[in-house]
Amino acid sequence: MNRADRLDEIVARHAGRGGPLLPILHDVQAELGCVDGDAEALIADALNLSRAEVHGVVSFYHDFTVRPDPRPQVQLCRAEACKARGVDGLVEAAQSAAGDRVQLKDVYCLGLCSAGPAARIGDDLHARLDQEGLVRLIESA
Amino acid sequence: MTVVRLSDDALACACGADAVAATFEAAGCTVERVSSWGMHWLEPLAEIEGAGFGPLGPQDVAAVLDGSSDKGIGVIAQHPFIVRQQRLTFARAGKTRPLSLEDYAQSGGWVGLERARAMSPEAVVSEVTQSGLRGRGGAGFPAGIKWQTVLEAKGARKYIVCNADEGDSGTFADRMLMEGDPFALIEGMAIAAHAVGAQQGYIYVRSEYPHAITKLNSALDLVAHKIAPFQIDVRVGAGAYVCGEETSLLNSLEGKRGEVRAKPPLPALTGLFGCPTVVNNVLTLAAVPHIMGEGGAALYDRLGVARSKGTMPIQLAGNIRHGGLFETAFGITLSDLIYEIGGGTASGRPVKAVQVGGPLGAYIHPDQFDLPFDYEAYAAADALIGHGGVVVFDDTVDMRGLARFAMEFCAVESCGKCTPCRIGAVRGTELIDRIGAGGRALDPLEQTAQMHNMPKAGRSRADEIALLEDLCETMKFGSLCALGGFTPYPVMSALKHWPKDFGA
Repeated sequence: MNRADRLDEIVARHAGRGGPLLPILHDVQAELGCVDGDAEALIADALNLSRAEVHGVVSFYHDFTVRPDPRPQVQLCRAEACKARGVDGLVEAAQSAAGDRVQLKDVYCLGLCSAGPAARIGDDLHARLDQEGLVRLIESA
Repeated sequence: MTVVRLSDDALACACGADAVAATFEAAGCTVERVSSWGMHWLEPLAEIEGAGFGPLGPQDVAAVLDGSSDKGIGVIAQHPFIVRQQRLTFARAGKTRPLSLEDYAQSGGWVGLERARAMSPEAVVSEVTQSGLRGRGGAGFPAGIKWQTVLEAKGARKYIVCNADEGDSGTFADRMLMEGDPFALIEGMAIAAHAVGAQQGYIYVRSEYPHAITKLNSALDLVAHKIAPFQIDVRVGAGAYVCGEETSLLNSLEGKRGEVRAKPPLPALTGLFGCPTVVNNVLTLAAVPHIMGEGGAALYDRLGVARSKGTMPIQLAGNIRHGGLFETAFGITLSDLIYEIGGGTASGRPVKAVQVGGPLGAYIHPDQFDLPFDYEAYAAADALIGHGGVVVFDDTVDMRGLARFAMEFCAVESCGKCTPCRIGAVRGTELIDRIGAGGRALDPLEQTAQMHNMPKAGRSRADEIALLEDLCETMKFGSLCALGGFTPYPVMSALKHWPKDFGA
């Protein structure tokens, strides 16, 4: 299936739902790796919106990206509760372990606030990380 | 065959519960995955015939089974952390399998819904009002009054929206409830739908909670017939903190940018797609089945203090030895929560500050630890209860750094709709940097002859602090929503109680 057909298929999947734009964008991001200008134009056309309206939504939310990044992603919580448990002291080691191979992304709260520092890879969560544990996690990502 | 009960809560899994479960299974045990008791420092916590063992790793399993383990904590239900609580919303925590309809029905499930459906909508709303239940999301608005407004509003379509965009750091009660007792939330929404005449419900969950999303979808598949003709759809957020604000959440549900709407009109009258809408937090809706049980409303009203009725699931987080979920009647003091229940800091160092109510909550100094947990008492002390998160910091923390972080967070997460928040947060970050640098010298433009009204000595630290206070005042009273309006709380409280960290 080519890219345009896949986009059509995703849009059709959510037809008839109230406020379908966010669910569509989530599926496009998950299946195509990003929401680029071509995808915006096609979605806008299907939902009878302007391209600007769709772009406004895509650019508002942190979860949608304009370009695909095939590298593995490790999300590290940097919010207050994890700060209280020392996450800031792990960042330097995490960055050098990640290098250019792994995307290291800050997130604000994974809901594991009593057992931080916490990180997420895909749907896998990791808590009570120390420097050694975090570096091992990033290296195996 | 030995039956081992282990939580499948996201926190337990993040601490390695799946590997522990697999090891028990390999040793010939039957493993039941239940919800979490909320004693997070003991996770993964295994329960065998009522007795608890934790925190366990796969290497501890053999010792637990042959009786030589030193990780036993005695009978879980009699643990001091549990005995001291009064669990209504979290009555099933640790006891039931989250997706077992059998467990749910045996533990009093659906009683509230059946009783509510036998009553008129007006009578249901009136019981919720009598219970004194207030919105648990942060604003503390009386739930019954909100429902009454929606009930009386005219509209062919009405909606129930559950705000599960629990973005505050230090809070996880919504997550635990959605993962551990999803049917209770669904039942609460179905009662709300009956009470106001809504046909469609939405649960807006943040994308950072993948486990909760999966559990809710599975739970809804199991009970669609039970709540029909009411329907519930799970919607996933996209990483915007501000979407926890109710009008921003509604815009996001409609597929728009998550920008805040000006109020009025109230969402209760003109909410989702312009229709009357109840927007309630997870904990508010999940408290409803209990309230609608026989005598539930009266019990709720008897608990708590003054106008803060019932129980609050308090979340102990950050640098605390015994972190987790502690549900109790309103009125408990911070010193009880932090020292007696929480056991002090995890690092063993003295407590320096406690942030209550998430990133927008004030930092509370140990001198104020006798403050009772009560909406009005906190408001009077320039603080807020918010969603009930308590984050403890030890004496290594730099309060200026945290104040700067509050402004920086607001700048990153601002929806951009109102100026005090969008621009104020950026200027606030810069100001706090300048305070750290001890003020600043005049720049070349300010030194020109035309600028003869400028003070000759540049700006001192005191000048910058006065400007920061002024800015906070503007943000507090000029912002459209709580993001810009409450960011001054952590900033001003840090400045007020720890002036030394700001170079005073």
